[in-house]
Order: sequence, then C-alpha cells, then structure tokens
Amino acid sequence: MSFVANTGTVFAREIRPDLRNPVSILFGMAQPLVFLLLFGPLLSGMSGGQETQWQWFVPGIVVMLGLFGTFSAGYYLLVEGDSGTLERMLVTPLSRTAMLIGRTMKELVTLLVQALLIIIVVLPLGFELHLVGILAGLVVLVVLGVGLGSLSFALALKARKSPTLFYVVQQMLLMPLLLLSGVLLPMDTAPAWLATVAGINPLTYVVEAERALFAGDLTNITVLYGVVAAVAVASIGLFLGTRGMRRASL
Amino acid sequence: MIHSRGLTREFRVKKETVKAVRGLDLDVGEGELVAFLGPNGAGKSTSLRMLTTLLPPSSGSATVAGCDVLKDPAGTRRRIGYIGQGTGSGDNFRVRDELVTQGRCYGLSRTDAHSRADELLAALDLESLAKRNGSTLSGGQRRRLDIALGLVHRPPLLFLDEPSTGMDPQNRANLWEHILRLRREYGTTIFLTTHYLDEADAMAERVMIIDHGKVIADDTSEKLKADLAGDRLTITAEDAGLAAEIAGRIPSAHEIAVDGMTVTLRVPGGPAVLPELLRQLEASGVKVLAAEVTRPTLDDVFLALTGRSLRESSEGA
Repeated sequence: MSFVANTGTVFAREIRPDLRNPVSILFGMAQPLVFLLLFGPLLSGMSGGQETQWQWFVPGIVVMLGLFGTFSAGYYLLVEGDSGTLERMLVTPLSRTAMLIGRTMKELVTLLVQALLIIIVVLPLGFELHLVGILAGLVVLVVLGVGLGSLSFALALKARKSPTLFYVVQQMLLMPLLLLSGVLLPMDTAPAWLATVAGINPLTYVVEAERALFAGDLTNITVLYGVVAAVAVASIGLFLGTRGMRRASL
Repeated sequence: MIHSRGLTREFRVKKETVKAVRGLDLDVGEGELVAFLGPNGAGKSTSLRMLTTLLPPSSGSATVAGCDVLKDPAGTRRRIGYIGQGTGSGDNFRVRDELVTQGRCYGLSRTDAHSRADELLAALDLESLAKRNGSTLSGGQRRRLDIALGLVHRPPLLFLDEPSTGMDPQNRANLWEHILRLRREYGTTIFLTTHYLDEADAMAERVMIIDHGKVIADDTSEKLKADLAGDRLTITAEDAGLAAEIAGRIPSAHEIAVDGMTVTLRVPGGPAVLPELLRQLEASGVKVLAAEVTRPTLDDVFLALTGRSLRESSEGA
C-alpha cells in the first residue's frame, strides 16, 4: 500500500472521533478563548484604542492556539503508547512515517478550524478582515502547527518509558514560549536580557509575521522571518518525529 | 512457521546490563499450538516482541512466517497477527471504526475493510457494541475486540501475549472458545505466552518453559509431567518410617519424605506403582490407613527443573 494511502488511513482514524462529535474541537480552544475574551479587553488602553487592539491581539492568539493545541497533541500518543494501542499499529505493515504524518495532518486540520472560529468570533468586535493576508497567515500557522505537533509526538515517543517526562518538558516549555513570544504583551518594553531571550524564540518571529499578515501587510520583512522560523520548526519537528516513530519498532 | 537461532536481548538498567533473553532457539511448525510458560520477568514478552518486529534483538536471527524478521520486518508484519498484553483499541474510538482502520492498515480496500469488520463483529459477539467507544467496554469485551483486531487480515500465524490475564473464568473460557475455533477452522498456528499453569496445561499441545531468558523444557504437557515430575504418592501408615524404607526400594522413587504418619514420594507411573507398593507394605506388616496418587501439574515440572515453584516465582518477580 502506498505511503499516501497509509497516511490517509491514519488521518481518517484520528479525525473520525472529531467528525462524530464536532464539539470536541472546542476543547482545545478553551485556553486561547479565555485569553481572547478575558484578557483581550484589557489591552484597549495599551495599543492605541479599540480598533487596533484586536488587530494586534488576534494574530497572537492564533499562534497561541497553535502552541496550546498542537503542542499537547502528543498527549494522545502518550496514552496510546502506554495502553498498547500504539503497539497494535506498530505491528501492522503501516509506514512508520505515515503514522506520524497522518496524526500531524489531523492536528493541522483541527488548528485551521479553530483559527477560523476565533476569527469569526472577533469579526463583530471590529476586527478588520484582510482576506489574502489572513489566508497567508493561516498557511504560516499551519506550517508552525506541523512543527509543534510533530515535536510533541517526538517528545511523547521519547517519553514512552517514563510518561512524566512528557508533562515536565511540555509544562516547562509552554509558558516561557508563550510569554516570550509577545503574544500577550508587546516585547518593546522588555529589558535587554529578556528581549535577547525572546530573540531566540522562533514563536516571536511567527507572531510578528502573523501581525503583519493579518493587517494585510504581505511584503513586510517580518513575514519572511516568520516564514523561516515556522519552516525551521516544522523541519526539526518532522525530522525528530519521524525518526522517533521509526525507532519505536524494528 | 517460527525459527529462531541464538535470539538474545539485553537491556541497560541503571548502568547494568540485564539479559532478558539468552539465546533463544525455537522451531514451531505449521498448525501448532504452543504455550510459552514462565514466571513474570522470565523473558516471555521480550521474546514475543522480538519475533513480532516490535523490538530489535541484541543478537541472533529469526524467521517468522517465512520472512526474516530483521531483513524484512514489513513482510513479517503482513503475515502475522499479534495480540499484545495491553489494550489494542483506542479509548475515544468506536469499536467498528477501529476494526475498519485495522483492515486499512493491512491494505484492505475500503469495501473489504468494512465487510471484514462486520464479519468479525459477528464472529466475536461484538455486534451490539459496534458504535460504542472503546472506553465504555468491559474488560472481557475489550479483550474480544483485541482478538478481532488481530484477526482482521486472517494471519496464518497468531501471537498472543498473556491473552487471558485479569479475566474472570467465564470470559477466559469464552476467549479460548474463540481461539480454538479459529484454529479448527483456519489451521492457524498459535503461539502464546501465559503464566497460568492450568491454561497452558489444558489448551496447549506443546509447552515451552522459559526461565531467566532460556527455554529449559519443551514438550507436550503430558510428557513433561511424566518425565520430569512423576506422580506423587501419599501413604498414611502407623509405621511411617518402615513404610518409607520399603518405598525407597522402588528404583524410580525419589523425593521420599516422612512427616508424622505421612510418607510422600514421587514416582513415574504412579497408578501402576501404588498397588504393588501396597502389597509389599501389607506383606511387611505395615498397616496402611490411606493411600493417594496425585497427578503432577506443570508447577511440579517447573519445581523439578528449577527448584522453585512457578507460583512463588511469579509473585516474587
């Protein structure tokens, strides 16, 4: 059976529970939605009034969605690795790479739907719709999601023998990555050392790129940096993820 | 069906090398039903995982269902079924969906995968559960689903790792009914691990006993018991000391012990030896109050081989 068919099989398995129960797609959105609705309004005084506040905040929230949703995708793999479900799949002739890509593709579809829902939610609040920019922004987001998702899978596979490792690493990374990306507050006022640390966080560049894209500013140089950062995360993620899956059995 | 030579697996645990399997030589023919019996930690699962491509061996080779496990893992996977110790189906997935997915994993077309899923639902009494999520099934139902998942591609060789652990007697009997029917109808070769003595004894035609990563006995259960353990004779007599002395004259008797008025000994062919022994005791004026022959169990075989009881070993490990 071809690699594409294998990937399709894995993707179909993963997406089916969501199709059967579409509400489940909202669970992964809980945290970003809370930030959007309870934290967003606080920003009105900071970045120049009502209209621009959402324009600035929504692209960041969309990246946060990618971070919180896809980065915890490994949790399900971890559970299946522990229960014996992963083993059942590993003993079939299914391509190992397809086992990772199929799962990652499901994450990316979920992410896309969630991002669209967020955009729909903020439209009545005065969010300006730059269609081409937003579409481009979603493409960048998906590339980032592929990377974060497969990194999460790689971590879950690495942690098969000691599941706590997964949670420790994930929790240790999640908040710093978020705070240092400038999603919640602009990094302009950050002290020099913090700005330096933020400078090595790839999410910082993706967030800036998303802001430019969501504003319709497609030629901004930050877009290029953001794309490079997203592609880099995706490449590393896919490399580690597929390697982890291939090493999970003979 | 299965041939392995010098299959070895070592693990590094806290900077120490632990040899889980030491040089496994196996030959299992088509249609055999073999039980791999041993205490926990003896290397049963590790052996099985190496034979099913889940774990690379440290050294040695294996050919399973005609494919070299190391050189052609994908080919091996296509020809074998494996039902692991854990739960095969996912918690959030519907029973029928998982069966269809499994069929697709083995390259069945969409239509074939669906019709095969329905066949298996019927064969394993899972029809009423088709739309339920894995997490809502009982232990026995979930195990039946595991079996169904392992059979999707009609493998000529089926591996089962501790198939009935944790099941109640009724579910165990039900599970075995399915396994034995499979064998009757399709001539499937079955290789399973178990630490249930009675299960290995009753079901398997061939028993391999494994301890500390090595096969220490390999034969039919009947022959193992006759050769290695022998029957246990228990004689209660007023003059137990004299009775023990007379019993000691039987050439093949061993493990003779006296405890109060009770003499126990082990001897092959117990039912034939006992009447003869009774006659001799009678002739010597020993008054026998009770006499009993106990057929050996596989635990006695394990005890004879290792000096340990399998039950104790299992609990200790």
